[in-house]
Amino acid sequence: MRWLVKGGRVVDPASGIDQAADILIEEGKIAALIPVLKDGSKDHSEPMTEEINPENTVAILKAKGKLVVPGLIDMHVHLREPGFERKETIATGTRAAARGGFTSVACMPNTKPVADNRSVLEFIQRQAQLTAKVHVYPIAAITKGSRGEELSEMGDLIAGGAVAFSDDGRPVMNTRVMRLALEYARIGDWPIISHCEDLNLAAEGQMNEGYWSMLLGLQGIPNTAEETMVARDIMLAEMTGARLHIAHVSTAGSVQLIREAKSRGVRVSAEVTPHHLVLTDEAVVGYSTFTKVNPPLRAEKDRQALLEGLVDGTIEVIATDHAPHTLEEKDCEYGYAPFGISGLETALPLVWSELVEKKVLSLEKLITCMTVNPARILGLNRGSLMVGAAADITVIDPDLEQVVKVADFVSRGKNSPFEGKKLKGWPVATMVAGQLVMQDGQII
Amino acid sequence: MGLNRKDLLGLQDLSAEEIELILDTAVPMKDILGREIKKVPTLRGKVVATLFYEPSTRTRTSFELAAKYMGADTMSLAVSTSSVQKGESFRDTAETIEVMGVDTIILRHSASGSAQYLANIVKASVINGGDGTHEHPTQALLDMFTIREKRGGFKGLKVVILGDILHSRVARSNIWGLAKMGAEVCVVGPPTLMPPDIEKMGVKVFYQVEEALKDADVINVLRLQLERQQKGLFPTVREYHQLYGLTPERLKLASRDVLILHPGPMNRGVEIDPEVADGPQASIVDQVANGVAVRMALLYLLMEGGAFSAVVS
Repeated sequence: MRWLVKGGRVVDPASGIDQAADILIEEGKIAALIPVLKDGSKDHSEPMTEEINPENTVAILKAKGKLVVPGLIDMHVHLREPGFERKETIATGTRAAARGGFTSVACMPNTKPVADNRSVLEFIQRQAQLTAKVHVYPIAAITKGSRGEELSEMGDLIAGGAVAFSDDGRPVMNTRVMRLALEYARIGDWPIISHCEDLNLAAEGQMNEGYWSMLLGLQGIPNTAEETMVARDIMLAEMTGARLHIAHVSTAGSVQLIREAKSRGVRVSAEVTPHHLVLTDEAVVGYSTFTKVNPPLRAEKDRQALLEGLVDGTIEVIATDHAPHTLEEKDCEYGYAPFGISGLETALPLVWSELVEKKVLSLEKLITCMTVNPARILGLNRGSLMVGAAADITVIDPDLEQVVKVADFVSRGKNSPFEGKKLKGWPVATMVAGQLVMQDGQII
Repeated sequence: MGLNRKDLLGLQDLSAEEIELILDTAVPMKDILGREIKKVPTLRGKVVATLFYEPSTRTRTSFELAAKYMGADTMSLAVSTSSVQKGESFRDTAETIEVMGVDTIILRHSASGSAQYLANIVKASVINGGDGTHEHPTQALLDMFTIREKRGGFKGLKVVILGDILHSRVARSNIWGLAKMGAEVCVVGPPTLMPPDIEKMGVKVFYQVEEALKDADVINVLRLQLERQQKGLFPTVREYHQLYGLTPERLKLASRDVLILHPGPMNRGVEIDPEVADGPQASIVDQVANGVAVRMALLYLLMEGGAFSAVVS
């Protein structure tokens, strides 16, 4: 099917384009970008092939007054399949992604069984082929069973489709094992994604350690539980020359460590979640378990440092850490609830409202953090609207303001602290390889 | 006039006026305790349930007696004898109790925030009988009742809370209440048992017990949970006693008519020496009696709410 995405403002940071243009899509690829001049006429200085005779031969996707950007890429989600299908499946998780404006997701290996061998990876990709609405890129475990003891068969896992390695949720506590993983990953310059948390220091912590944990009587997780491991992994990356990506950075100290490491030339990148950019630990007052997340929501000074890190490029990626859980699991005392926020369906309007509307970050930079940068880190040939690229496209309505309704989530995870929050900048259409998969919040 | 609220979850939520009302109402309640016949019919036909997920002797008994003296029927559900052990969720248990017609639930639970959670679920009144390391409002109210009884008020008093502040719901509730009533509150204990940012509650923080006790008017000694030592939070119980135990020598640093409180149960010879616990300055036994009176007042104010003169007449 041929599509014409018509009348929108095309923003493609990868090719430096920001202009009014129509996009013609053929056979799942971007066939042409047709700039529209200010007076509304087409720019004929651009080469136009004979086939481009849009109006009567193609389906039109109206994008007037909207932003047309490369399909968003979320490099950190938990799809829970296999093993935890009550929380989420590849089918439901990718529908949530599509609804959130994402066209690609990279899923973490903490499934049951753990994605530490090729057969699990192949199962995930088979399920994705059969049921997914967006591209699914599996991240494989660093160590067997994510036990932090022996390296997984990293070479075979790459051959089987893995795009990176991570023991997310179960950090590699043994420093020697982490060193070996980084060293071994140099075979193919594979990225290692580190969940930085000293489990001994975090202990039984439930939330950020500070004023609010003191008042609420909940055991705290200090910033240093993250920062000591960020420092350790940066030193190991420096020693081994490997590529390190720090998942879900949450503290001011981590931002500073990464900033300094980058200035020394260490090959480190970092991501931040929308919830850490928007909320602080004060949100835990009232003990709503939807605010329970790991790393925990931090203090305002940390939130400010994360924003600064995004602005100065220390943090290059916005990723959701979409962690769906059932309501039954979350409907309990704070201390007994599992960690995690269902993030795919609120990510874009959250960062739009918090960053772009408040003029913290430019639109181009935001899109860069959600397209080109994660694509580059994971080595994906996506995240651009250049002619010939896969037609993964997200259409955003920058003026659309609506209230978050968790009941409308297509994710099985309804565990969101943003119910009732009025947000702006919603995705209104998602196209994956030339197929329209979401329009006006409805999955197609 | 009663308390215009459904629940009592913590002293953080109460105004100074509400605290005063509870303490004032507890005075005639204490008189009832001294009578030959201790029962009044005020809460006849009402049902008070105690739901205890943690072992407790005095809080539970105190609440049950308070409810009985006020004429209410009581029922108690302990974790060891209920379906909780069969894996029933807290919500299911709460809803089950509620539909049996319970008016007020007293909750004791090891998880901070559990009282709030329960209050969100049920229409019945919830009184927090201690939730995790969050709050234990009735303990603080009875401590304050005892202080007021012995000292006449709170303004200008120096109250020292001594021990494991980090894990103490008693400390948090006392700090909220005492600060609202105008006392000067000091906390002292090892840094590993001191929560972060507690000075933001308006208290002075000490690590040296001698410094903290200077001219203290009230010393509230917290129970040391011995399992904290196993978690490595301090080296030995012996050293804890050496550095923080309330000994007769240390007591001399305080004001001469200092009042000593302890929420119980005591580890004699650990956080408090027997000579001190049994000495003339200790009001630990009074606290227990006052606890019943304060809880009668609270049940009355939450459940009935009429003029309390009706009760005494």
